[in-house]
Amino acid sequence: MVKTEMISENSKQNIVFMITRAATFFSVVVLFLVFMFVFMEGAAVININFLTKMWSHSDIRQGGIFPALVGSVFLGMGVAIVSIPIGIGTAIYLNEYAKNNLFTRSIKLAIRNLAGIPSIIYGLFGLSFFVLFLQLGTSLVAASLTLGVMTLPWIITASEEALKAVPLSFREGSYALGASKWQTIRGNVLPHSWSGMLTGSILGISRAMGETAPIIVVGATFFMSYLPTSPFDKFMALPYHTFILATQHSSQYARGYALGTALVLICLTFILNLGVFIIRYKLRKKKEW
Amino acid sequence: MSSCKNLKEKIISVIFSATGAIALLTLMGIFIFLFTTGIKAFSHLSPGEFFAGREWNPAAYQDPKWGILSLLISTAMITLGSLIIAIPLGIAAAIYLSEIARPSIREVVKPVIEMIAGVPSVVLGLLGVLFLAPAIADLFNLSSGLNAFTSSIIVGIMVLPTIISISEDVLRSLPKEFREAGLALGATKWQMIRMTLLPAGLSGLAAATLLGLGRAIGETMVVLMVAGNSRAMPTSFFDPIRPITANIAIEIKEVVKDSLHYQTLFAMGLVLFGLTFLINFISDLIIQKQVRKYQW
Repeated sequence: MVKTEMISENSKQNIVFMITRAATFFSVVVLFLVFMFVFMEGAAVININFLTKMWSHSDIRQGGIFPALVGSVFLGMGVAIVSIPIGIGTAIYLNEYAKNNLFTRSIKLAIRNLAGIPSIIYGLFGLSFFVLFLQLGTSLVAASLTLGVMTLPWIITASEEALKAVPLSFREGSYALGASKWQTIRGNVLPHSWSGMLTGSILGISRAMGETAPIIVVGATFFMSYLPTSPFDKFMALPYHTFILATQHSSQYARGYALGTALVLICLTFILNLGVFIIRYKLRKKKEW
Repeated sequence: MSSCKNLKEKIISVIFSATGAIALLTLMGIFIFLFTTGIKAFSHLSPGEFFAGREWNPAAYQDPKWGILSLLISTAMITLGSLIIAIPLGIAAAIYLSEIARPSIREVVKPVIEMIAGVPSVVLGLLGVLFLAPAIADLFNLSSGLNAFTSSIIVGIMVLPTIISISEDVLRSLPKEFREAGLALGATKWQMIRMTLLPAGLSGLAAATLLGLGRAIGETMVVLMVAGNSRAMPTSFFDPIRPITANIAIEIKEVVKDSLHYQTLFAMGLVLFGLTFLINFISDLIIQKQVRKYQW
């Protein structure tokens, strides 16, 4: 009696565990399928012309996605300029300076909520504040500011983690030698945390470069016959280009070109992620505490 | 000399607190800009007309209609549909990764699942348009696969990493003693998980689900590309629909600044902002409570 019950409990367990394993590997398979589908057709259109020629609207096979690639890279740089100094500064404030008061708690609450706001809302904010109120127009700088604001909470959270990982004794040792707060931060905290802050920032920026909804609202351009020459120029971007090709272009070749553009976008974020991986791997070997 | 150094320290600390204030000002700025524009819509429309109106047709030459009920229902359908897919899969995978898998498997699988979160949503939308929608149309004999069902599947896949990752953290944060006590009483591993870990982690798992819910409500690109863009009142999951996020993205480029149409789009943004703000706030409270409960 007891024995049969145990067997049935065991087989119940086996069935449940099999289900959990299947659920996990379903997720992995999905990711694999995503890459496979994009790669299968996307790789066929990628060649040197596709990457380096200007976009040709009438016959898309004549042109390439160079302006969208350049636009996305510029956008990534703009986001970095906006969000890295403010994000890292805020993290240093929260982890090193802030006392546990209302101001600090409000900032922390604000950051958590900013991270949960849908990206299209950032688009509406960017449109009403940067594009219309500050009159920056549908420009690279307006889009960089919008995406930069969206990226802030990610960078702050990652940088705080990096600062928290530096042992308290590093700070105490520096104070004991008579160093001031800023001397301590600069000499004993930042050298041990900059890599974590940098990798967190790069991941945030690579996510921002893949965002489409905010730049639909603040206004990316689908067709430009020149490259942006100033921050106040219009711009093309890879995710927006993918979106238009997938949904609004009538050419029979649009499908392949949409997948090709998506593949370039994935590769771009993959390169950034690979950089992060390499930095982390190199520094992990150097850490001694 | 020393006062000069003190001054420098002071200035630096003021600079850092000023950068900290920017995050706070941003959140307030987002709310103020949404609110001041969105609220103006209600000087022309009654809230009943806006929230309960069954027809959305702002561009009609005569008698434009300003009801967002069908858009709200569309958003609710996508959220519900995606969570029906993501909650069981996500929690099952979290149980596997936290309790069953060998560490070597977890080390590999967890980053892979987190990579799904890194795939740009436009890419998932593209795959939905090109591959999944035609397959769904074939399978169910529909004229088009761009509908609530197809987009729910893709949004479900998108929120999966959030639910897996947070649920796994919740389960792993439970004290080792819980597991040992259960097993020492002769329970099988699954009995221990079912009777000890899942009840103890329930509120944390609920918070993980809420965060997934927040992401599903706010997702724009997938529903814009895959949901079918019909403003008609949806009657089934195989109808083309248009959630709020997609509606904002489609119409914001065509509207004149400060027109009623422009204001109603901001009012929709305000609704989304309020919903996600509330959801994140509640899940935050739950997570903090859960962490405090088992901290010893």
